[in-house]
Amino acid sequence: MLDDNDRIFRNLYGLDDWGLAGARRRGGWDGTKAIIDKGRDWIVNEMKASGLRGRGGAGFPTGMKWSFMPKDNADGRPSYLVVNADESEPGTCKDREIMRHDPHTLVEGCLIAGCAMGAHVGYIYVRGEFIREREHLQAAIDQAYEANLIGKNNIHGFPFDLYVAHGAGAYICGEETALLESLEGKKGQPRLKPPFPANVGLYGCPTTVNNVESIAVAPDILRRGAAWFASIGRPNNVGTKLYGISGHVNTPCVVEDAMSIPFRELIEKHGGGIRGGWDNLLAIIPGGASCPLIPAADCEELIMDFDGTRAVKSSFGTAGVIVMDKSTDVVAAIARISYFFKHESCGQCTPCREGTGWMWRVLSRMVEGRAHKREIDMLLEVTKQVEGHTICALGDAAAWPVQGLIRAFRPEIERRIEEFSRKATLDDQGILDPAHLVAAE
Amino acid sequence: MNAAYEPNAYEPWSADRGTEIIESLSHVEGGVIVILHAMQEAFGYVPEAAIPMIALARNLSRAEVHGVFTFYHDFRHEPAGKHVLKICRAEACQAAGGDALAARAEAKLGVKFGNTTADQRVTLEPIYCLGLCATAPSAMLDGRLVGRLDEKRIDALVAEAQR
Repeated sequence: MLDDNDRIFRNLYGLDDWGLAGARRRGGWDGTKAIIDKGRDWIVNEMKASGLRGRGGAGFPTGMKWSFMPKDNADGRPSYLVVNADESEPGTCKDREIMRHDPHTLVEGCLIAGCAMGAHVGYIYVRGEFIREREHLQAAIDQAYEANLIGKNNIHGFPFDLYVAHGAGAYICGEETALLESLEGKKGQPRLKPPFPANVGLYGCPTTVNNVESIAVAPDILRRGAAWFASIGRPNNVGTKLYGISGHVNTPCVVEDAMSIPFRELIEKHGGGIRGGWDNLLAIIPGGASCPLIPAADCEELIMDFDGTRAVKSSFGTAGVIVMDKSTDVVAAIARISYFFKHESCGQCTPCREGTGWMWRVLSRMVEGRAHKREIDMLLEVTKQVEGHTICALGDAAAWPVQGLIRAFRPEIERRIEEFSRKATLDDQGILDPAHLVAAE
Repeated sequence: MNAAYEPNAYEPWSADRGTEIIESLSHVEGGVIVILHAMQEAFGYVPEAAIPMIALARNLSRAEVHGVFTFYHDFRHEPAGKHVLKICRAEACQAAGGDALAARAEAKLGVKFGNTTADQRVTLEPIYCLGLCATAPSAMLDGRLVGRLDEKRIDALVAEAQR
């Protein structure tokens, strides 16, 4: 379990003042000038050495991402830092706590990250639903300007302007290139990569997009040293992490703990245990709606980090764990997730636009069992056709939960189909066309 | 979407006021979304007539502005009810009993999701994740968030919206 001294977010629950005075008392903005004076190369190398992997889901090493930014802006294009605060993934509720209760970690992180990539302007894109968060963040930025911590002639000697932009209710704007499009005032439709944002990003200029948590942990890592951060967790999965625990646990919460914590320990220490006891666990979704679910059998030994979740064919995502106990209708749950992705598909790529709706329609029949068994394989085949054939990862995100369901709960789907068709009459035309199959009740 | 949302605090649409908003934001680069937000804050929705005005001011085609307007769920093309009740329909809230509460709210208000009651008082909308999964099930009435809903609290929330 993480020692209290090792916590980066010391005001996660808003018990202390979220403003500048409170942040300073908790150690924020301490020695920022010394860090900036060491120069961008030192910062990038230290971030690389810390082993921090992006906290937005993909887990790309943050230091390496920063190093992709051009060293000089010889062609006259400025560099931009963009912070992705469009936290819309169902089950994920960590960034909002940072912005609401500890916004100065993010503001300070932006200054340091901006320095590391030579960006004098930063944008924080906050999702439209976050209203208090936006107010707190803006207030924190105003305080920082007032204290001359950021701005044109700030005391740190690195001119840096920070702006808050807000979205208007589109999940897809959390994808980095869609987010850039949205910042430019367009429809949030992802761009083809390459060119990558580090070459051609916001307004055609070099841009780096980072998750809120990745940026907010940077000042503490640099203050305490990369070795400290790298000593927590296991190799390749180091540091501290905000976990969001929701669903069928006794005390749902957001908590900071070490990476690589065993799942069972996480749930029993922080989540108050599964509702009705550990044996009542059916499955979990480890990191937001797009991760394939993990059945209870694999949860016993599950290590909560990037490699641990990959070992059970899922992904770590944002570590927003949704726990489902045995009262859950798991097919209906995944059908709902499919509906969510159908709802949020931007409509740019055909496999995703058509595929998400198709998967949802088939799944919603499978909830009742109004389907043929061969359709399970057909559904699996379609998810494979969607996966990897779209511009952005939303297609993959829509396919994975369905694949996870079929992998783990195929017998349950088959049982429903059997039960439904047992009630069907012989002259039912639906025997040929399952969409019109009617059970004789 | 203003946090200090007052029922009926919106002004009626006028082309002059629309032009004023567009001009006041002319310095914002790529500011179509910013203008749409400002329109919605002023009028409670984005009137059809505003689309060509924005297009003209921004040197875009009407189709482009219409595309942006319809892409984002938050922008309305007609005024909402006096209060907007958004109930989270996503996974974590569903696991915590959100389905039954959503059905209860629908029954109490007598409208389906996405509709406004006949007396124009309440608009009921689904939302996919308010980021309050740890306090699920959750809802948002106008700008105010409410977590840990149960039957009693959803009834109170619906009653408050109907007032």
